[in-house]
Amino acid sequence: MARTERISLAQGSGGEPMQRLLRELIWPVFANPILARQEDQARLAFELQPGEQLAFTTDSFVVTPLQFPGGDIGSLAVQGTLNDLAVGGAVARYLSCGLIIEEGLPVALLRDLCLSLAKTARDAGVQVVTGDTKVVPRGAADGLFINTSGLGIIPAGINIGTHRLAAGDSLVVSGPIGEHGAAILASRQELAITGDLRSDCANLSPLIQTLLPNAGLHALRDMTRGGLNAVLHEFAEAAGATAVIDESAVPVRPAVQGLCELLGLDPLQLACEGRLLAVVAPDHAEHLLQCLQAHPMGQGAAIIGRLTPKRNVPVILNGLYGIERALPPVSGELLPRIC
Amino acid sequence: MEQQIAEIRIRGTVQGVGFRPCVWQLAQQMALRGDVRNDADGVFIRLFPPTQMHRFQQQLETHLPPLAHIDSITTRLLPCGDIPQDFCILDSTRGHNRTQVLPDIATCERCRSEIFDTRDRRHGYAFGNCTHCGPRYSIITAMPYDRSHTTMAPFRRCAACQHEYVQPLDRRFHAQPIACAECGPRLWLAAPDGTELARENAIAVAAQRLQQGQLLAIKATGGFHLACDASDPCAIERLRSLKHRPHKPLALMVRDTAQLRAFARVSRTEEQLLHSPAAPIVLLDMLPASLPSALCSGLARVGTMLPSTPLQHLLMAALNGPLVMTSGNVEGAPPCQDNSSAMTQLAPGVDALLLHNRDIRHRVDDSLTQVIAGRPQILRRARGYAPAGIYLPAGMQDADGILALGGDLKNAPCLLRQGRAHLAPHLGDMENPQLQRQLHQSLEQLTQLLGCRARLIACDPHPGYHSRRLAHRVAQTQGLPLVEVAHHHAHLAACLAEHRYPIDGPPVLGLILDGSGLAPANSPHPIWGGEILRADYRHCQRLDGLPAVALPGGDQAAREPWRNLLAHLERWQPEWAQTAARLPALQDLQQQPLHTLRAMIQHNQNAPLASSCGRLFDAVAALLGATPSRQSFEAQAAMHLEALAQSATAASLPGFDPGSATDMLDLTGLWQQLLDCAQSEPPARTALWFHQALARLLARRLQALAHDQGCTTLVLGGGCLQNRLLQAELSTALTATGFEVLIPHQVPANDGGLALGQAVVAWVRREAGHG
Ligand SMILES: [Fe+3]
Ligand SMILES: [Mg+2]
Ligand SMILES: [Zn+2]
Ligand SMILES: [Zn+2]
Repeated sequence: MARTERISLAQGSGGEPMQRLLRELIWPVFANPILARQEDQARLAFELQPGEQLAFTTDSFVVTPLQFPGGDIGSLAVQGTLNDLAVGGAVARYLSCGLIIEEGLPVALLRDLCLSLAKTARDAGVQVVTGDTKVVPRGAADGLFINTSGLGIIPAGINIGTHRLAAGDSLVVSGPIGEHGAAILASRQELAITGDLRSDCANLSPLIQTLLPNAGLHALRDMTRGGLNAVLHEFAEAAGATAVIDESAVPVRPAVQGLCELLGLDPLQLACEGRLLAVVAPDHAEHLLQCLQAHPMGQGAAIIGRLTPKRNVPVILNGLYGIERALPPVSGELLPRIC
Repeated sequence: MEQQIAEIRIRGTVQGVGFRPCVWQLAQQMALRGDVRNDADGVFIRLFPPTQMHRFQQQLETHLPPLAHIDSITTRLLPCGDIPQDFCILDSTRGHNRTQVLPDIATCERCRSEIFDTRDRRHGYAFGNCTHCGPRYSIITAMPYDRSHTTMAPFRRCAACQHEYVQPLDRRFHAQPIACAECGPRLWLAAPDGTELARENAIAVAAQRLQQGQLLAIKATGGFHLACDASDPCAIERLRSLKHRPHKPLALMVRDTAQLRAFARVSRTEEQLLHSPAAPIVLLDMLPASLPSALCSGLARVGTMLPSTPLQHLLMAALNGPLVMTSGNVEGAPPCQDNSSAMTQLAPGVDALLLHNRDIRHRVDDSLTQVIAGRPQILRRARGYAPAGIYLPAGMQDADGILALGGDLKNAPCLLRQGRAHLAPHLGDMENPQLQRQLHQSLEQLTQLLGCRARLIACDPHPGYHSRRLAHRVAQTQGLPLVEVAHHHAHLAACLAEHRYPIDGPPVLGLILDGSGLAPANSPHPIWGGEILRADYRHCQRLDGLPAVALPGGDQAAREPWRNLLAHLERWQPEWAQTAARLPALQDLQQQPLHTLRAMIQHNQNAPLASSCGRLFDAVAALLGATPSRQSFEAQAAMHLEALAQSATAASLPGFDPGSATDMLDLTGLWQQLLDCAQSEPPARTALWFHQALARLLARRLQALAHDQGCTTLVLGGGCLQNRLLQAELSTALTATGFEVLIPHQVPANDGGLALGQAVVAWVRREAGHG
C-alpha cells in the first residue's frame, strides 16, 4: 500500500479489500502464535493457584489529536487498560484490541499507531491475542477509536480496594498532575500554546509492583478522566469520608499551572494517564512515599492530604491562609459561577 | 341582663416590643377594666366596658411603641359573668406560633443617655437595653421570645432589674435581655494568649491601645469586628494583611454625625438612615483627601456606621476619631462567632481582644445600604433588618412553608410564612464549606424559630452552585418537592414581590443587569447577565438583551477585566489593533497571548457566551485603565469605573447615537463611539459618557419594547444596579417617559435578593390557585 493511501469504506466490507488490510497491516504488526491461529476467539490456558484471582477490564480510547507529545492513541490504549488492571494489584497477561477506523484515515498513520500499540504491549510483556477492525463512514468516528480489554492475574494475598478506605488514611499522588490533559490541549494547533508540555502517559504496573508489599496500602487508582478531582470524589464517597487536600502540597508543574491559568481551567480536573493516587494508612504513608520516590516514575510523588470523618462536603481544599474551599465534583460543562 | 366584654385579637410584630405595657397604660388612662396577654397568635385583650372599644383602638394605633407593627385587629363581643375589677397583664400562654422574630435594634436614645449619666445605675455599662432596643435575633435560641430562650438565660436578674422587669410602667417591662453591671454580661480585655489585661476599665484601656495604633478584635452583638484607628495608615495596612484583603474598602464607625462631617457629605436621608433602629453601614461620598487612601483605595465612597450597642457607644466616646470596623474574619471565611474561635483565628494577628460572656446564637453581619434619589436601598441585608418579615402581595397570604436557598454568592436564604417573606441574614460565598454548613443551619433555624415546616424547596438551576446541590439534598432527605427558578426571573420576581405587585397583575418588562446567571435551556447562549424580560410571577420570556460575548476562561474572565476588553473588541471592533492603538490600555492588551485567547474565543475553548452587563463594565474599566489586571474583590473594576465617572464634569460631552430603538440591541455603535471618545476625552469623562450612553441605549430599547407589549410597569434589578450612576440614569430616563419603574429597595438588587424571587415564583407555580 502506498504511503499516501487512505482507508476506504470498502476496507470495512469484509471482502477482499478488508482481507488485504488485515494481511498487510494488522497481523504483521501484532504477530504472535495465538493470533496466528486466526480463530474467532483466543484460546488461553490458565492455571490459577489457590488464592489467585482473574482480573478483567475494558476501556475505549478516543483522543484528539491521535498523536501528541509523549504518546499516541496506540500507546494510550495499552497503558490505560494495563493501568486499570494494575491498580487492582493484577499482573496483566493478555489484551484484546478493537479498532474503529474513520474512512479517509491515512494508512501510514494507522500503521504507526498500530506499531506503537504493539510495541507498548510488548514492552509491558503482554500479548494482543484477539481483535477486531471496523471502518465507518466519514464523520461517524474521529480518525480512530480503539477499544482494548485486558486479562490479568491477581496474586494470592493481595487485598486492596475501596472497601479498605478509612477516615485517617493519607492520600499520596505519584507525581505532578494534569500533564496528559495539558499536553492534549497544547497539541491542538489552534490554541497556539507554547511551553514544555508532555503527556505523562505510562504503564504504571512496574511502579505499582513496588508498592504492593506495603501492608498499609488500602487502595490505588489511576487518575484519568476528571483527573485528581474525580478520584477524590469517588474515594470520599466510597469511604463515607471527606477528603481534605492541602492545596499547596499538590504537585503541578509550572507549565501546566500556566496553561490552566490562561485557559481558566483547574489542574485538579485535568486528566493524567500515568499518575496514580494511593490511599495508605497514616503510619505507612512515609514509607510508601519513599518507595514511590525511589522509582523513576514516582520521583514527583507527594502526600497531598487525608481522609477525615465525613463533613458536609466530600472534598475540601485547604488553600492559602488556611481558607477552605469546597471542591465541586467534575460536571459536564464549565459554566461561570461568579455573578 | 348579662353583661358583655370586648375581646380584641391583635396580630403582627407585637411581642417583645413593649406592646402590653402600652395597652396597660392606655387602659389605666381611660379607666378601663380587663386584661392583656401574649399568646402564640400575638396579643389578646379583654376590655370593659365594650362601648369604649372603638376609642381604645384609635388611641392604641396612635400610641404604638416604636418597634411594634399591627398586621390585623379582630374584635368581638362576648357575654361575661365575671367582669374584672381592674386592668392587668397576664402571663403568656403557648400555642402554635404566629408571632414575629425581631432583628437586633440599635441602642435607643434613652438607653444611650443613661450610660453616659453618672447618676444612672447603668452608667458605663456595656450591655444595657430596653423594650425599644437591644439584641433580638442574634440571641434567640427558640420561640416564644422569653429570656429562657435567649443566650441571656444563664444570667440571673438582680433585684433591681427584676423590679424594672415586672413594672408595667417601666421602659424595661418584660425587656428579655434586661441586665446591669450587677447581674448581666461582663466585658474584659484579653491579650492574644488569653491573659486578662483589664476588666473594670476594659473600654478605656481598649481605646487607649487603639489610639496607639494597635489592632483589636471586638465582640459585637452578632459577631466579631476587627478594629483600628482610621487615621493610622500603618494600622490599616496591618489590618488589611491580617484579613488578606488588599484593596476592598473597609467600613468605618464614627461617634456621631459631627465626627462624620469631617470626612464625608451626609444628606438628611443618609443621616436618618444612620440613626435608624437598624443603624446600618451607609455608603457616603467622601470629602477629598480627608482619610488615609489605604481605607478605600481610590474609591470615592466610604461605608460608615454609628455605634449600635452600648459597648460601641462607650468605646467611641473614649476615642477622639473614627475607627475602622470591619468583620472579624479572613477574606473568604465566615466571621467568628464565639470567644474560642476568636482566640484561635483572630488572636494571633491582633494586639488584644475585647470580649464578653454573652453568647451569639445567630451570626449577623453589619448591613450595607446606600441612599439614591432620596431613598434608602439595602445592598446587604443583615443586622437590623433580617429576618423581619416582608409583606407579600395581596393574594399570597396563604404562601407558607416555601424555603428558597438563593444563589451561591452573597447567599441569603428565604422562608415564606403566613404571607410574609423572611430573608435570613446575609451569609456569603458558598464556596466555603463552613458557610455551606451555616446555610444548612440557617434553613433549620428559620423554620424552627418561625414554627413553620418547609413544604416546598426552591433554588437556582445552575449545575455548579453549591446552594443547588444542598437544595436537592434537603428536598430529597425530607421528601419535599423542589422547583428550580431561572436566575434572572428570580431577580425580577424579587423586585415585584417587594413592591407587592399584584399576583394577577399584567406582565411587566424587566431590565436585569448582573454579572452572570445560568440561562434557561432554550437560550442560544448559556449565560445571561443583561436581559430584557417580559414576565409575571409565573412566566418569564426574554425579548432582548445585551448581545452575547465570549468569556475567555470562564470565571477567570470575571477576575481579569482585560479578558472582557479583548472579547468585546474582537466582537465589535475587530480592527481595534489598527484604529485605536494609541490608547495605553490597548498597547498593554497586545502584550497578552492574543493568539491563544482569540483561539479560545473562536473554538469555544472554555469561553462560554454571556450577555453580561457586569463583564461589559469590566471591559470598559480595562479600556480606561481604571482597574488592576486582576481584581482582588468582586466588582472592583466596576466600582472604580463608577468612581472615575463621578469625578468628571458632564459639560459638553460628545453626543451618543444609540441607533434605532426598534432593532435588537447591538453594541457596535456603542464601542465605536466609546473608542472615539476615549481618544479625544480624558478617562474620567469617557467613563461618564459610557454610563450615560449605556443607560440611554438600554432605556430606549426597553421603552420601545414596552410600547410594543403594552406594558406600563418596568422593573430594574441585578447587581449592576448598585452602580448609583447607572441606576439614576436609567430611572430618570424611564420615569420621565411615564412608566412606573420598580427598583429594589428593601431587598438587595444583587444575588442577596434571589431567594425571595425564587420563593414567590415557586409558590405561584406550585400552589397558587388558578383564578
Ligand atoms: Fe445575579
Ligand atoms: Mg480506564
Ligand atoms: Zn433602649
Ligand atoms: Zn441587674
